Amino acid sequence: MTTIEKPTYTIIGTRPIRPDGVEKVTGKAQYGADIRLPGMIFGRVLRSPHAHARIRSIDTSAAESFPGVLAVLTHADFPVAADRVEELGETAVNLKELSENILAAGKALYRGHAIAAVAAANPHVAEEALKLIKVDYELLPPVTDVRDAMREDAPLLNENRYTKELGGAKSDKPSNIASHVQFQSGDIAAAFADADHVVEREFTTKMVHQGYIEPQNSTASWNSDGTLVIWTSTQGAFSVRAQLSEILKMPVARIKVVPMEIGGGFGGKLPIYLDPVAALLSKKSGHPVKVVMNRTEVFEGTGPTSGTYIKLKAAEKGGKLTAIEATLAYEAGAYPGSSVGAGAMCMLSPYNIENFKIDGYDVVVNKPKTAAYRAPGAPASAFATESVLDELAKAAKIDPLQFRLQNSAHEGTRMVTGVPFPRIGHEEVVEAALNSAHYRSPIEGPYRGRGVASGFWFNAGMQSSVVVSVNTDGTVNLTEGSTDIGGTRASLAMQLGETLGIPYDTIKPTVVDTDSIGHNDVTGGSRTTFASGMAVYEAGMDVQREMLKRASKLLNAPETDLVYEHGGVHVVSDPAKKMSFKEIAAQSARTGGPINGKGSVLARGAGAAYGTHIVDVEVDPDTGKVTILRYTAVQDVGTAIHPAYVEGQIQGGAVQGIGWALNEEYYYDDTGRMANSSFLDYRMPTTLDVPLIDTILVEVPNPGHPYGVRGVGEVPIVPPLAAVANAIADATGHRFTDLPISPRRVVEELHGLG
Amino acid sequence: MEAFAYVAPKSLAEAYTVLANGKSSQLLAGGTDVIVQLREGRRHCDQVIDLKHIPELMGMRWLPDGTLEIGAAKPLAEIYEDAEVARRLPGLIDAASLIGGIQVQSRASLGGNLCNASPAADSPPALMVLGARLVIGSSSGTRELPVEQFFAGPGRNVLAPGELLLAVKVPPPGPHAASFYLRFIPRNEMDIAVASAGAFLRLDATGGRIEAARVALGAVGPTPLMSAGAAAALVGQAPTREVFEKAGAAAAETATPITDMRGSAAQRRHLVSVLTIRALEGALQRAREAR
Repeated sequence: MTTIEKPTYTIIGTRPIRPDGVEKVTGKAQYGADIRLPGMIFGRVLRSPHAHARIRSIDTSAAESFPGVLAVLTHADFPVAADRVEELGETAVNLKELSENILAAGKALYRGHAIAAVAAANPHVAEEALKLIKVDYELLPPVTDVRDAMREDAPLLNENRYTKELGGAKSDKPSNIASHVQFQSGDIAAAFADADHVVEREFTTKMVHQGYIEPQNSTASWNSDGTLVIWTSTQGAFSVRAQLSEILKMPVARIKVVPMEIGGGFGGKLPIYLDPVAALLSKKSGHPVKVVMNRTEVFEGTGPTSGTYIKLKAAEKGGKLTAIEATLAYEAGAYPGSSVGAGAMCMLSPYNIENFKIDGYDVVVNKPKTAAYRAPGAPASAFATESVLDELAKAAKIDPLQFRLQNSAHEGTRMVTGVPFPRIGHEEVVEAALNSAHYRSPIEGPYRGRGVASGFWFNAGMQSSVVVSVNTDGTVNLTEGSTDIGGTRASLAMQLGETLGIPYDTIKPTVVDTDSIGHNDVTGGSRTTFASGMAVYEAGMDVQREMLKRASKLLNAPETDLVYEHGGVHVVSDPAKKMSFKEIAAQSARTGGPINGKGSVLARGAGAAYGTHIVDVEVDPDTGKVTILRYTAVQDVGTAIHPAYVEGQIQGGAVQGIGWALNEEYYYDDTGRMANSSFLDYRMPTTLDVPLIDTILVEVPNPGHPYGVRGVGEVPIVPPLAAVANAIADATGHRFTDLPISPRRVVEELHGLG
Repeated sequence: MEAFAYVAPKSLAEAYTVLANGKSSQLLAGGTDVIVQLREGRRHCDQVIDLKHIPELMGMRWLPDGTLEIGAAKPLAEIYEDAEVARRLPGLIDAASLIGGIQVQSRASLGGNLCNASPAADSPPALMVLGARLVIGSSSGTRELPVEQFFAGPGRNVLAPGELLLAVKVPPPGPHAASFYLRFIPRNEMDIAVASAGAFLRLDATGGRIEAARVALGAVGPTPLMSAGAAAALVGQAPTREVFEKAGAAAAETATPITDMRGSAAQRRHLVSVLTIRALEGALQRAREAR
């Protein structure tokens, strides 16, 4: 571990057992599917079998009269939603489109689009009743590829959608291109004319899914007093509450959202799908209603990330990256809102380039509306940039990591948005990669090769609330509202232990429902350990101040002569006079009552994250199979609060990126049907498909956080796509520019088939 | 999932009676295909007939001529864990140990794998090159047929109403002979063959000439396919790389693959040749070791 300017910590940097670990491995932890309520019934959702169709009518009468059916729902049951964009945590949401995505109105825009829902005494009856709902569809031609959708003569998903052009202008004609963004600086024409080497390539990536193990689920109980309780699997209970409030036109305080343990999200559990459906089925039936998706519904009906087309041209002169020109087109799915903007902003962020022009297009297609997926937008654009950089380094006869190092961004380098970076760690990361045992080892043998790539992610801050309650035995309850996806109960308790100087195992962290704590934004943007960690630090300092007040009475010394240190208070002028945290806590009832601390933050100063990955592959030229021989991920993690969970995040991100590079894709037939909507045919890597991912944690503390924390969860998915492609190019001499680099693609391209 | 009755006959006679009761039936051996298909609405029935309580379907024995007779519902794990089977018929073990994971293999059977009639199933090519025969029973008696005549199309077999697959009979390969089966999957587990190949070789006493050969292919046609062309390219020849490559090319001509989410027609045709050569190399090595 490389440590730069890191203070000595007691708890931070250790590897204690996570508070939720035992319950999870013994199967006792409660997930949404475990909810059982008295009188509970079951909902199922009818989904469009067509990728693009006008809904002429929906006849639910036969389903309603089917024995055992207690409620049937269509979009007509929703209050009318406003056609405006709301900022709901990390995601900006058009409420009309959100509600039409939850239950279609007027048009089915993708296969799997929810059309109606039924609640019945058991799920099998509900399933039978779905078959009795008659939907009269007028079939329309589907468009599922981003370039096809951009053509002038493409079928339009929405005849009233015009392109939001640069500077707020609107296109003359309706279009599937929802918006056009642009970033530019310098003089690319001059730089290209003056270059030593220019490389221009076109890249495509396919729509891929986060692949969380736990399907979406929601259980709702609409109470007779007009309140609503929702038990759900979500990355943000408060965001669910806000979205429900808007869609159901209910005051926020009347909705309670209980976040259950979550079986993975990766960004995909930010939007809501089932919660309003369960809520209104409960309202109509008078029973609590539980709705759980199956895997096909998850693939077809929730938000994956965009398929993309990227054209990129880059130039190098004397070893310096001088110009980049790029066009990015990202599939938004059925409604606008792809991550093309983030893709455009991230793709050059590891580097210092004076001349660039990037155009990004957000394009609707007849596929599920995309959602966030781990560093949304960045992996595809990094695939393009880092592949082309590899070729430029080769043309310039410079080691690919050395090339990245000498073109690296650093403190003061401007992002494409013009904003200068604060202290960042890309140079340190590339240096650590250059010096790694992996990179210094030889790679030999036929059809073996090595690739490297860097990646960037912004990381987010946003709002968090926590409460710290000190018990009279010296233990502490840490009450928080951030979904724990990656071990944040542990990382927050550790930061509190560090702040208060008390042992980790005296702190009990709990994620509570929306009635029980103030607002918390979603667990997304790698923000929880960072931003909720800041709130924990504030709450800890709040407790420290209260402890000083109490100690002043107990030690008979003015507060100005007291200091809180090492888990207790002592008198500065007479250090022998002291009390421990536990001793002060024990006296709280007679020194002023319970000792509580609160932390409430709008966190600024999220530190950007950089990673550089090294991968060795072997390609079987006869079968096209790529075997990952060795993989090392180097990352600036700021401060590793719990190094094992940091490593876990890096390993998980790398594995998802490897899957994206090699096998994962939404495979569509000509009718717009996803043909591989199961984990059998949607090929994520298994444990047998990847070696142990080695990690090197570089710690360049984030100056914007009391403990130097940087988000770590997202950037590790950014480099693998290009790193793997670069390794395959090294192994085969063939540059693959279309993902996935599946065995099919490898044999077809290497043997000139198809 | 739709409602259905569950019946578990204890004897063949009882099973034939239940089969004839006029209801639409789904036969259940290990259930590793059928239960999933019923849950996903891909199969429908009035009754599920569980065959695992019929002793004749759960046994395995060596016949006097060295033929192995395997009850149709015998779990795969019990087949490949038998040391004698592994020693005499490694080419069968190649397939039996590939179907599903450990839990699946503790339930899944050869009979189920055959009756499910997936073109991509692992056991058919392995059994076809071994010259296996199937024993089919009904209330009026039994009949036998070569395994390659059992398949009628994707998901369809030739069992007539009232018939049950009772057993698989695998003859001994004989001296200087062995088989080998392999498949190609993009991952290392949790996958279905994109293409597969089984090969059988019998050498003369010197080991320098191929006396008999069979090549069978999976996932490259509506049913598992025998490649007569590949066999013809091998018989009478020396077991060399060049000869195997000719057999691989002939096998690729036998294949009639489609393009789907698991692979393209061009990829599959290419793989048939690669896998046939590899299967022949595996069979050759075993045949040379076999005494």
